[in-house]
Amino acid sequence: MGRYFKSLRRFWGTAVASQLEYQLNVVIELVAVGLSLLGSLFMLSLFFGPGRELGGWSWHEALIVQGFYTVLDGMASTWLRPNLSSIVTHVREGTLDFVLLKPIDSQFWLSLRTISPAGLPEIVLGLLLVIWGGHQAGASLSLGGIAVVLLMLLAGGLILYSLWFLIAATSIWFVKTWNATEVLRAVLASGRYPVAAYPAPLRLLFTLVIPVAFLTTVPAEVVLGRASTPMLWLGLGLAVGFFVASRRFWFYALRHYTSASS
Amino acid sequence: MRFFGLNRKIIRVLLGTEYAHMLEYRAEIALWALSGVLPFIMLSLWNGSDARDALGMDGVGLDRYFLSAFLVRQFSVVWMVYAFEDDALTGRLSPYLLQPLHPLWRYVASHLGEQLTRLPFAAVITAIFFLIQPNAFWLPSFAHFVLAWLATWMAFSIAFLLQSLIASLCFWSEKASALERLLFIPFLFLSGLLAPLTAFPPFVRTLAQWTPFPYLIDFPARVLAEQPVDLLAGFAIQLAWIVLLLPLVLLLWRAGVRRYSAMGA
Repeated sequence: MGRYFKSLRRFWGTAVASQLEYQLNVVIELVAVGLSLLGSLFMLSLFFGPGRELGGWSWHEALIVQGFYTVLDGMASTWLRPNLSSIVTHVREGTLDFVLLKPIDSQFWLSLRTISPAGLPEIVLGLLLVIWGGHQAGASLSLGGIAVVLLMLLAGGLILYSLWFLIAATSIWFVKTWNATEVLRAVLASGRYPVAAYPAPLRLLFTLVIPVAFLTTVPAEVVLGRASTPMLWLGLGLAVGFFVASRRFWFYALRHYTSASS
Repeated sequence: MRFFGLNRKIIRVLLGTEYAHMLEYRAEIALWALSGVLPFIMLSLWNGSDARDALGMDGVGLDRYFLSAFLVRQFSVVWMVYAFEDDALTGRLSPYLLQPLHPLWRYVASHLGEQLTRLPFAAVITAIFFLIQPNAFWLPSFAHFVLAWLATWMAFSIAFLLQSLIASLCFWSEKASALERLLFIPFLFLSGLLAPLTAFPPFVRTLAQWTPFPYLIDFPARVLAEQPVDLLAGFAIQLAWIVLLLPLVLLLWRAGVRRYSAMGA
């Protein structure tokens, strides 16, 4: 276990050092994050007005959902995108061989090899939005409540990671799965809005098949103190289930890996 | 007779090879087509929201608008800057520059080839949409169809020129695609892909109309959906953007090529 922590420190230390080489990109990233959040808030505001609600959610409540979406999006750009999108390259160029030969778990290496600090401001902005929205909506959280929020956010993150990793792992067969992750991203964008705002068939899809609901809506419900306990258990169950599935699938995929042809 | 290095034979060969090339990647293009589902997600949101009445589109108007927005996006999507950046970084651009044909034509041809490959997938998604929403079914009149096709094609031209402008910056900076991200964000929110422009508060709408973005999705989609729209003004502004951007692109390109020092040789 200690070996893994030590590796992780080295991985991220070198990643941050190499990222800081490109300072202009950091500025562009900051501007992009700011503009993107501004646009999202503007789009959200179009659904509201005096006396208007979105699927039973008020403006401030919907802001919490938007905040959690921003946090997860930031998490995706710091952690998921830089790591998981390189799996395809490893498969195509045959460098996956080197990863598999290392005396360390291959899923661990592929999932945590690098980190990009560019998404961190997004995470901070998202959390601020959650706190502000929660405050305005009159939510009051005990210490235990905050723990549950963090737990559900963790479960959401795990679901997101597992889904993404599952798709990335299919590159063992199809090589080019970059586009499949684009489809996933397009669907995930639905998490910007409370799931109750969608028609019933989509709500079912977003709860059970592609559990977008557990990424943003459920943590927001916890903040507002109206989450139902079965939903929380379902979320945790799905998170564990998806993670186990992603791990199983990875080992299954590896059995079909034949290395890149020369 | 050559026009910017093009004649009929070159056009035929260029389009033919690019189409064949794109057909190889049809599975990938099917996924690209599928990743354009955002307008449908937004449609389901708008349909159930209290704010729907403020959009000024009654009954099936909104369904048709978002389907049209999806279709316009499918046939005006531009990814030229990524392809160009790759070519510039790997040195593939050098032989292109030696040929007596403007390299930009090559990218135009590969986009057209991709659009043709995309056509059946977009048709399938449209058919599924009508199966779910049979009330929304409509066949635009021939005149509307031709006008919408023209507007989409103009939208594609504007988007292509905008990206070429950024791509030309690749001659100066190696990571120009980061700038594309900055261009994509206002496009996403101001183009009408997520909400028709009539949903915007008046001052934002006025502001948006001074940018090229509404003419990339909102205007062509309205024409296709047979919504009331000022055709003459729309086409005139589309043309104005093209006339403004084209010389800029050519100038920047020429200045860039002079700076180009071939990587990966």
